[in-house]
Amino acid sequence: MKQPIYFDYAATTPVDPRVAQKMSECLLAEGKFGNPASRSHKFGWEADEAVELARRQVADMVNADPREIVWTSGATESNNLALKGVAHFYNKKGNHIVTSKIEHKAVLDSCRHLEREGYEVTYLDPGEDGLITPESVTKAIREDTLLVSIMHVNNEIGVINDIAAIGEVTRAKKVLFHVDAAQSAGKIEIDLETMKVDLMSFSAHKIYGPKGVGALYVRRKPRVRLEAQTHGGGHERGMRSGTLATHQIVGMGEAFRIAKQEMAEESERIFSYRQRLWNGLKDMEEVYANGDLDSHVPGIINVSFNFVEGESLIMSLPQLAVSSGSACTSASLEPSYVLRALGMNDELAHSSLRFSIGRFTSEEDVDEAISQVRNAVEKLRELSPLWDMYKDGVDMDKIEWAEH
Amino acid sequence: MPYSDKVLDHYENPRNVGKMDSDSEDVGTGMVGAPACGDVMRLQIKVGDDGVIKDAKFKTYGCGSAIASSSLLTEWVKGRTLDEAGVIKNTQIAEELALPPVKIHCSVLAEDAIKAAIDDYRHKHGEVEAGASGQD
Repeated sequence: MKQPIYFDYAATTPVDPRVAQKMSECLLAEGKFGNPASRSHKFGWEADEAVELARRQVADMVNADPREIVWTSGATESNNLALKGVAHFYNKKGNHIVTSKIEHKAVLDSCRHLEREGYEVTYLDPGEDGLITPESVTKAIREDTLLVSIMHVNNEIGVINDIAAIGEVTRAKKVLFHVDAAQSAGKIEIDLETMKVDLMSFSAHKIYGPKGVGALYVRRKPRVRLEAQTHGGGHERGMRSGTLATHQIVGMGEAFRIAKQEMAEESERIFSYRQRLWNGLKDMEEVYANGDLDSHVPGIINVSFNFVEGESLIMSLPQLAVSSGSACTSASLEPSYVLRALGMNDELAHSSLRFSIGRFTSEEDVDEAISQVRNAVEKLRELSPLWDMYKDGVDMDKIEWAEH
Repeated sequence: MPYSDKVLDHYENPRNVGKMDSDSEDVGTGMVGAPACGDVMRLQIKVGDDGVIKDAKFKTYGCGSAIASSSLLTEWVKGRTLDEAGVIKNTQIAEELALPPVKIHCSVLAEDAIKAAIDDYRHKHGEVEAGASGQD
């Protein structure tokens, strides 16, 4: 079987060949294999130099100071460190955290953990458009709130929250603001000089860097403090111990450098492909794009095909690598918590696919996807009793279904 | 998730897809499941005067295993009497299709569907059974 066409760039991306080249220079005996923390010889100095260059490259992309970048193993660790680290350090100030229902599980599960430790968490509902408004954040902040954590771009539907506006609210209320930027970094403009964000999580593998490395931005002015969650050696100014993975970090730096340089051109191309894909599907009956399409990252589109179940749709698209908005492939029969939080009914949430487009997607790939998806939806609707009923004008909300 | 060859075969070439007139005297209809749960099966049988199932049709909204379970069931019930069809167990379907544990509910739904269709037919013919859930 030939390789399926990759439409899952929001899950992960292949490493850019330029990144792989830089990484490979940090592995072998003749390369920069040294421990960046070794201060006593050239091997250590070279590795340290490479790590610090990467730190500048990451900082440059988001207009930050390199000293504000802390290396981690990925956005999941960054989110854990930000939430738990801030909550533990500032627990005398308060014990309330504000976040949203459609955050990544790394934020939601960290919040659950903090709840077990005695913290209180408010989970904000997004609007039907998937957006968290600054007003809803304002309303949720209390005297004892110490942190607000809101994602920049949602991974399932691709909507962009106005974090600049939310940052104004949190700064005015003297509450720290953490942003999970795993899906936005390298895709849309981030300027930490102007945005009043105190902590921001980054991942390398969403933008053509390697898996297993990420970073946490920790603001210096005004200074943000954290309680370390990993101890042993005091690396990264005591915030995250552990020998730095030079090759991973160098890869992340190069990936961020390329993203900064090519983002404008690349976003335009990817956006035109997303439009092409949506234009090729939207004339079908009962097909909906989910989330606000204006405040939207270029590469992600989440589409509901009413009366067709998501898992069977994926099964009939063996030549496309897409992901289901529905979690039906796991043991759970629950549809996507993100789509449900938008107020979407379970049927539509079960009928959703996420297409994510990236650096190596071609126009032919998009056209192929349109044709395959149209065929599959048509075939499955022929098989669907719900489609029959819709065509016969039966009001399905009036039927008493036997929920099981 | 890897699917068994039999699931793939039924999924790619579903047998007996279609719809019968549910008001017809010789047709029994079973519709089970719920859209909110991600699967709905409609199974219909046409029964001869001798009590033998002459034809069966299905339509299913659901995952590949749900589609395969109902497709397989339509093949199995044809030519059986109502009593014979009524004793088909979900475990037989699950075994035939090599369904993984998370997909066993698909075979349960198929068993429920044929039972509902038989009940509906019997109900129409005055043989009232408890729990008849034929609808449409």
